[in-house]
Amino acid sequence: MKLDRAMRARLFAAVVLPLVSVLCGFAVASVAVLLTGSDPLAAFTALFQGAFTNERAFPETLVATVPYIFLGLAVALGFKAGLFNIGAEGQFYLGAIFGVLAGTSLHGLPGIVEIPLALAFGMLGGFIWAAVPGLLKARFGAHEVITTIMLNYVAFQLTDFLINKGPMSDPHSTAPRTQFIDPGAQLPVLLADTRLHLGLILAILAVPVVWFLIERTTIGFRIRTVGFSQGAARAAGISVAWTLVITMGISGALAGLAGADEILGVSHYMPASFSVGYGFDSIAVALLARSNPWAILPSAFLFGAMRNGAAFMQLETQVSSDLISIVQAIVIMFVAAPALVRWIFRLREVPVGGIAITQRETAGVTSET
Amino acid sequence: MDLTVDWGQVHALLGENGAGKSTLMNVVYGLVRADEGEIVFDGNPVHIGSPQDAIKLGIGMVHQHFMLIPPLTVAENVILGNEIATGAGVVDQARARARVAELSKKYGLEVDPAARVEDLSVGIQQRVEILKALYRGARLLILDEPTAVLTPQEVRGLFDVVHALVKDGAAIIFITHKLAEVIEVADQITVMRRGKVVATTTPKESNQAELARLMVGRSVLLRVEKGEAKPGAVLLALKELSVQDDRHQLAVDNVSLEVRSGEILGIAGVEGNGQNELVEAIAGLRMPRSGTIRLGGRDITHASTHSTLEAGLGFIPADRHRMGIVLELPVADNLVLSRFDRRPFARWIVRAFDAVRDYAAKMIKTFDIRTQGPDQLAGSLSGGNQQKLVVAREIGTQPKVLLASQPTRGVDVGSIEFIHRRLIEERDNGMGVLLVSSELDEVLSLADRVAVVYRGRVVATFEQKEADRDRIGLLMAGAA
Repeated sequence: MKLDRAMRARLFAAVVLPLVSVLCGFAVASVAVLLTGSDPLAAFTALFQGAFTNERAFPETLVATVPYIFLGLAVALGFKAGLFNIGAEGQFYLGAIFGVLAGTSLHGLPGIVEIPLALAFGMLGGFIWAAVPGLLKARFGAHEVITTIMLNYVAFQLTDFLINKGPMSDPHSTAPRTQFIDPGAQLPVLLADTRLHLGLILAILAVPVVWFLIERTTIGFRIRTVGFSQGAARAAGISVAWTLVITMGISGALAGLAGADEILGVSHYMPASFSVGYGFDSIAVALLARSNPWAILPSAFLFGAMRNGAAFMQLETQVSSDLISIVQAIVIMFVAAPALVRWIFRLREVPVGGIAITQRETAGVTSET
Repeated sequence: MDLTVDWGQVHALLGENGAGKSTLMNVVYGLVRADEGEIVFDGNPVHIGSPQDAIKLGIGMVHQHFMLIPPLTVAENVILGNEIATGAGVVDQARARARVAELSKKYGLEVDPAARVEDLSVGIQQRVEILKALYRGARLLILDEPTAVLTPQEVRGLFDVVHALVKDGAAIIFITHKLAEVIEVADQITVMRRGKVVATTTPKESNQAELARLMVGRSVLLRVEKGEAKPGAVLLALKELSVQDDRHQLAVDNVSLEVRSGEILGIAGVEGNGQNELVEAIAGLRMPRSGTIRLGGRDITHASTHSTLEAGLGFIPADRHRMGIVLELPVADNLVLSRFDRRPFARWIVRAFDAVRDYAAKMIKTFDIRTQGPDQLAGSLSGGNQQKLVVAREIGTQPKVLLASQPTRGVDVGSIEFIHRRLIEERDNGMGVLLVSSELDEVLSLADRVAVVYRGRVVATFEQKEADRDRIGLLMAGAA
């Protein structure tokens, strides 16, 4: 069957490019394993076992997938408006802080009220944390990459201040952490004896919601139009400044939801090392999904599986769990530079819309950081 | 097209933006590949595939936007790519500076080789660009709109340098759309229009008025059939309006104009005389410095674009690709770009695609937009159809006043005719039209009244009957 050019381009962008990127990521990682004198096959077997076949491995993979879905959607939404939200990690923290705040102070409410309230509170935290860079960009032209990175550090220090003998620390604990949230505010567990919680359903539901927002609402249309052409948006009377602020805000709200969900569903309190880079990984999740909300699902699942399997791999084969960072790095590199994939595999160029978008996204990073 | 440049001469390449001057020079400099034809340099046919080839031949180019590295010194910028190094591979700063000082002395290009480029004025930075080309052995120097960013004193200095260079036997191609400069500096003049050479002349044989006419075109346009205008109430009123450009220079200077219902007011002028700033101020894209703008009785001086459109302005921007349409969106979305969020195109915040598509189908038919359908991406339409899309969208809102800036630029003849007919039709239905065009013939054939602008001022206004093309040409050139 002969596909027309536009179809071929879309197929390349949506399927071939991500698959090739992931395969190349693993290939390069194998070389790294070989160089350290270990057996890549054994390492990846252990990674697979740790992610899927060990006892409780699969539910844990899903647990790790949940924040990646929310956060991947958050970053992808920013891309739609041409914004690079590197602050998902900080917004994730703020969502958790706000979630804990609600979960520890709204005593006596039934779960059906307290849980949505706490989640909404988390979204508010993320919204505020991301709307600030949005405002700074709209008003003063401050680049969001810089401001969101800086606000990440503010979020980390703020957390440290709050829980380390600060206003939110648990007076009965020697470890720096908050109190536990009300039992009623905990998200119900889906599978007995696992940590798999209702958040998975919420995350999966968030995908069509975000898709609908982007593709079917006037807000999404504004976001995409501003992402494509600020000049045309302005001339048509669309407020570019407002759109940038609201896009950052919604993006942050999604990241904040991830944070609150993590508190309500998994940890039930806020520890000192709350996140280990979920927000940063989610940039890769969104890039691999090419900012398509539906594609966030498999992309987040892959990252969840790698994160979950890495610990077992390290335990079993002494190959450092940092190995998956190599895979992630290579994936980002290849997705960001489709020309590289084409060059390696001698694919002919099909110059149609979809591919140009990634190039622009990455151009934003390289030229501005 | 043909162009011959002789050694020891300044050859001015004159034309409006988009006439093809810069494209032509990019071909000569190896940045753009020619589809056909050949370049003969010093008597030999040459192939110029890249700027490196051009530099090897002795062709240098000073771009409109300088290609300098601000934190580096003058000497470092000049030798970049051709560094003078010591045996150990370290840049020999002393020798580099001496070499640069020597070059700058020879041609009167005074500049301190040790100064950092970021600390220098624009005029001096331009000298560094010229030095860079000379250092690489340029004998043919292309200057792309070199005076656009200079003060009058700096222009004087540049002309001295240019004269020194040609006296030394070099050839200069001087790209510009400023008429006075051409007369002053050039030995030969080539006038380009729409990608073609329309005249080759010399300053002695020609004058500013003639050049202005050549530049904006002789009657290539079709005669437009239209009846008598029946002007009604004043719809758009500009009063003592002054607007600054991006460099905070006064671009629109104390302009007062009125557009009435049922008439077309045309703004004639060589591009760059404040038309863009005027248009942007009316459309709410640029805040005026002083004066007022009223639309249908409402003061919109400081209104946002959104409120301005709401107040009854239709806006056809001059730059179709950057401001007129969103190339990546379908035709249908582009047709409702300024109304996508209200009924019937949306309910609350949910877009109503059926209504959008139905409306688009209707507009595609009414405005004869050649497309595969409402879902085709606007970027894949031809220029003429893209422009018809913009016109359809802006007329479709039934505005009180239509602000049409270069409405037929880069558009095929059939579409031009169609757009002109529509503008007159809307006028006859009582719309007020403000037409801004650098095509003098377009203004003369469409407008019921013509206002001529020069350096941001309205220098004269004519009724169509009294409008005399030669007189207007003179006024456009600043010869009042």
